[in-house]
Amino acid sequence: MTMSTLPTTRSTPVVVPRTRAALWLFGTVAFGLAVYYFVGLDQGATSVFGNNTYIHELFHDARHFLGFPCH
Amino acid sequence: MERRFIVRGLLVGAIGGILAFVFARIFAEPQIQAAIDYENGRDAAQAVLDRAAGLPAEAADHEVFSRTIQGNVGIGAGMILFGAAMGALYAVAYVLACGRTGNLRPRTLALLVALGGFLGSYLIPFVKYPANPPSVGHAETIRDRSGLYLLMVGVSIAVLVLAVWLGQRLKPRFGNWTATLLAALACAVALGVAIFALPELGHLHANVAEYGRHPTETPLPLRNAQGQIVYPGFPADLLFSFRLYSVAAQAILWTAMGLCFAPLAERLLSPAPAAVRTPAGV
Repeated sequence: MTMSTLPTTRSTPVVVPRTRAALWLFGTVAFGLAVYYFVGLDQGATSVFGNNTYIHELFHDARHFLGFPCH
Repeated sequence: MERRFIVRGLLVGAIGGILAFVFARIFAEPQIQAAIDYENGRDAAQAVLDRAAGLPAEAADHEVFSRTIQGNVGIGAGMILFGAAMGALYAVAYVLACGRTGNLRPRTLALLVALGGFLGSYLIPFVKYPANPPSVGHAETIRDRSGLYLLMVGVSIAVLVLAVWLGQRLKPRFGNWTATLLAALACAVALGVAIFALPELGHLHANVAEYGRHPTETPLPLRNAQGQIVYPGFPADLLFSFRLYSVAAQAILWTAMGLCFAPLAERLLSPAPAAVRTPAGV
């Protein structure tokens, strides 16, 4: 895929032309949401790693402070 | 190209997370500790009342991590990971917004996308469901509260994206200024309806059944059988400062992300001088 023709105007050009880019963006969104979930929500209402509270307790203060519901 | 943006997004997110962590360690931790002390004192008072009433005492929670770990390692890891995740999502939003949001310079767009991220992922949901310190929030309602909070975040982000789309649609007809104002107005109305329609946390069934009808879950004074107050309600000043610092930390995170990302994006999008340009750099 060629990237040689970026417009030289001052406004922002379209920079995501094709499928490979879409996959990268999709993967990044999935990663971001997964981290968001584990830092903010896991082992509260729902739990991925079983019925313990290690993740919840470790991120306890950050959860409260970042605005997530807790306890 | 998109990979370069994503790497830079992760980087600026982690930087923002570190700054927010330093702020949190200095300003938020004393508040969080005070809230936990309040909770412990309240539990002790409740235990005395239970014993006086002949009820069995509730078992104390056992600690998985010490307060030292939670208040230094845990909050640090949490803030930095959260920052990196937001940075990655921010970079995706930036790349998608490029070329679709009118005649904006790369730097200006970077700051506007950061503003959108701050508003959509945190501040607008905060207006309806604000951040709460420990001891505010009932364990019975965690499922409802998590769902409502995520719903509020989703609605906020969706409405902001739709407002940008609407503004672009209206621009040919009304011009940039009026189209932006109309889109902002539509955005405010839609968010107002959502905030009005979603339930107050205190009005959830479990709360009304157990504590009566109050707007929030903030602990009220504890009373004995005669109705005398034996332990105060949650301190109002503590609640305010915790929430103020919570907003400040997110503002620091998103401001740092926008300001660090802006020059990086500008450099990626502006053609470099031909002599310096490499054919396939990262």
